[in-house]
Amino acid sequence: MNIVNFTPASALTGGLLIGLSVILFFVLNGRMTGISGIASNFLISKDKKNENLLFLVGLILGPLIYTFILGREINILISNSLPLITAAGILVGFGTRLSSGCTSGHGISGISRFSLRSFIATITFMIVGILTVLIKNIL
Amino acid sequence: MKNIVSLFCGIIFGIGLVISEMINPAKVLGFLNIFGQWDPSLVFVIIGALIISTPFFHLFKKKDKPFFATNFLISNATEIDKKLIIGSILFGAGWGLVGLCPGPAISSLALLNISSIAFVFWMSMGFYVASKFNK
Repeated sequence: MNIVNFTPASALTGGLLIGLSVILFFVLNGRMTGISGIASNFLISKDKKNENLLFLVGLILGPLIYTFILGREINILISNSLPLITAAGILVGFGTRLSSGCTSGHGISGISRFSLRSFIATITFMIVGILTVLIKNIL
Repeated sequence: MKNIVSLFCGIIFGIGLVISEMINPAKVLGFLNIFGQWDPSLVFVIIGALIISTPFFHLFKKKDKPFFATNFLISNATEIDKKLIIGSILFGAGWGLVGLCPGPAISSLALLNISSIAFVFWMSMGFYVASKFNK
């Protein structure tokens, strides 16, 4: 193991903001944040349509506001292989709905309320994610 | 009011994803690359989020009701079933392939990156298929 690109301060700052968002959504609107749930319910269910839509709009506005206020460009590096993007998109969409949660719903909201179910889900997708990267690096 | 809160929480969440760089798939793949060149930063994202959400969740859940809604909506599912495990395995595999999970994928639509737009399209198809499956 070799440690690279370690940025604990910005990671912690971003994490605190995510925690703040989760707790405000809970104490004000009574809901535990799960992005896969919000997004899929927005697409599929009629319940809380506006609330879900506005959360998603906010998610997209976040980076724009960041760039506007700080004047900093956001750079991301992502695979441009369409077959890989397609397979990964389907796996993430289908998998998170089958297990009723993603990194936010199980990983943050679920673990905050000490849900064993969410803890097991989180450990599972972390281990499989790590193994997937390992296998990709070998191939 | 609930709608304004939703928008505001989405914005804060999105800015958190940018500052922590979780929005960047390369950063996420670096975090999952424990056996290679490991970037442990995202451990701090999780710690940062949990040190706020955990204590305040347990404090606020004792309230009668949230400020702007009639009651708290908290999942009462406890069963560790096949759907939970298989779903998490499939999600983990997709996450490790490209480095995107739902929140960062949606936030990254702001950057008009063609790969992330395609990813969100296929992810939505996945949601749709799973909703038929879950019935």
